[in-house]
Amino acid sequence: MTLNKQDIGRLLAKQGILIAFIVFMIGFALANQRFIAIDNIAGVIRSSAILGVMALGVTFVVIGGNLDLSVGSMMSFSTIVVLDLHDKIGPALAIPAMFALTLCLGAFIGFLVGYLKLNSLIVTLGMLSAIHGLTLTWSGGKNMDIADKAGTWFSVFGQDRIMGIPVPILIFALLAAVLTLLLSKTPFGRKVYAVGGNGQAATFSGIPRARVVFYTYLISAFCVAVAGLLQASRSLGSQNTVGQGLELEVLAAVILGGASLLGGSGTVFKTVIGVLILGFIQNGLLLVGLDFYVQYIVTWAIIILAVWLDVAAKRGRLWSPIA
Amino acid sequence: MTSANRKDMLKRGAIWGFILLELAFFSIIGDQLSVSDQPFLAYDNMLLVLKQSAPIGIIALGMTIVMINGNIDLSVGATFALAAIVMLDSMTWPFMQAMGDWAIPLAWLFALATGVIMGAINGIIVWKTGVDAFIVTLGAMLGFRGIVFMFNGEQPTSHLNWTLVDFAEAQFLGLHTATWFLLGAALVLWLLMTKTVHGRNAYAIGNNREAAVNAGIRVGPHFIWNFMLIGFLAALSAVVFYSESGSVNPNDGMLYELWAITAVVLGGTKLAGGYGSIISTLGGVIAIQLLRKGLGHIGADTQTVNLVIGLILIAVLVLDRQLNRKGQGELKI
Repeated sequence: MTLNKQDIGRLLAKQGILIAFIVFMIGFALANQRFIAIDNIAGVIRSSAILGVMALGVTFVVIGGNLDLSVGSMMSFSTIVVLDLHDKIGPALAIPAMFALTLCLGAFIGFLVGYLKLNSLIVTLGMLSAIHGLTLTWSGGKNMDIADKAGTWFSVFGQDRIMGIPVPILIFALLAAVLTLLLSKTPFGRKVYAVGGNGQAATFSGIPRARVVFYTYLISAFCVAVAGLLQASRSLGSQNTVGQGLELEVLAAVILGGASLLGGSGTVFKTVIGVLILGFIQNGLLLVGLDFYVQYIVTWAIIILAVWLDVAAKRGRLWSPIA
Repeated sequence: MTSANRKDMLKRGAIWGFILLELAFFSIIGDQLSVSDQPFLAYDNMLLVLKQSAPIGIIALGMTIVMINGNIDLSVGATFALAAIVMLDSMTWPFMQAMGDWAIPLAWLFALATGVIMGAINGIIVWKTGVDAFIVTLGAMLGFRGIVFMFNGEQPTSHLNWTLVDFAEAQFLGLHTATWFLLGAALVLWLLMTKTVHGRNAYAIGNNREAAVNAGIRVGPHFIWNFMLIGFLAALSAVVFYSESGSVNPNDGMLYELWAITAVVLGGTKLAGGYGSIISTLGGVIAIQLLRKGLGHIGADTQTVNLVIGLILIAVLVLDRQLNRKGQGELKI
């Protein structure tokens, strides 16, 4: 088999993001030995875990053909709620209560987007604001802190290690594995792709479009609750705005992973790669000695290049045909 | 009058009806609950509403045009901060300080040019790569913010020029400087969208891009002009706002894009493109600011404002759907 120009183009487009990731890793490793030290790698994954967990859920929503801009303020909500309830009803009850409340929010969004078929961008934009208001109402606008920080087992999720591996990494990996199975090996997963790829065709073939969309938002809310738990457990205290702005970073990670905003494409594994790229680039650029803001500019370039490659491969030419 | 016409009138009038409702509510019920002696409808209070609408409002006007095109711009908050920092930082450069007050117009020019250049970058990328504007500007939101941090790191940038502050705080014919900029921008853009070829092309492209291409409209350059326009307006908004405050934080302007989009959607502009009006967006902006002011007037906290605005946005969407059942799949980005 000979590789011609087209094959290379196709390979680049299909696995481009993975190739870019490997190239980056090698480059940074050559520039600074510390980059590939085990504790550095573990540190990067650990600090990406919260963003990563949220991105896993948003992947489902995006594959289903919708957007979720509310995850950032929803994460603030679950963090504040679990910290507040921790002192009131104890951690063992606070965690399930927080999950229940966060899932209620997810169900509400899922109802609006799935069953009422409202535009997801505007619904979740409205919910971004509404949930932020809800969080501030809950906390009275004050920072939330656990009273007895030393004497609680609640810190186990964010700070402990099991067999030397930080717990946030384990939770991130476990959730990614479960959601990969759900998306690629179950009928539900196939329905998510079908609904996002061609909603009308999915409806005609008897797939309950509304219910599938509804469930994608439940999954997203569940992931947000996990992220809130990790955040709360790591810091044992929080501001009301802890998740502000994360919604767009999460979306950037998902897009970087190759999920199309039109729906129907993307995988959990690729999203994990997207998250790790963001994390390692940030870390690598700092280790090479560049200022922290360079990562923003590099991320900008990478997002556009990644998506550009993707659309260029689909239309078979590099430059857009727009007149 | 046909029923389609009447429905259109109803939709265009809806936002102004909502504003009247807000005014009535806060002036009748609000004054009962109010903690202050001043009535809500006091002249000064209304002037303040207009003035405070200006920063988001000027951006929202540009967002309307970009959204009528069927695009979106998520980078305006970062452009806003960048223009502000260019203006304030440039006034501290030695040769600028040597110029005295003549540095002011030059600093404004630098800031506005920055906005236009940032917009042009977005526009060129959207045109040449064919990547969706949502993604291009999402990336730019991060990238432009990175450039903002290049100036002073995480430190705020301050430069107070009293001539500038006096200008920004001045009132001409009763209205504040910021209000004049908002109204002036609205008038110019309204003329642009209703009386010129460019405006008609914007609607045509948003309605049906392929048909517009077939009709001979050059879509790519058209996009660039509109992104330059919104970049310019984001910079204008920053220039007006920071002339008064004189200090910019590198995180300023965050989430402004989302507030601007909220105002535009409240004004009835469709995300899918092809429909919307500058005047209705002005209504949307004023409606949001009235709500903030009114809820503050009756002693509600900021949290309630966020909650209410979010729920109203969703309610508008539900209502719009009820009025307009045919558009099943049209509201898709």
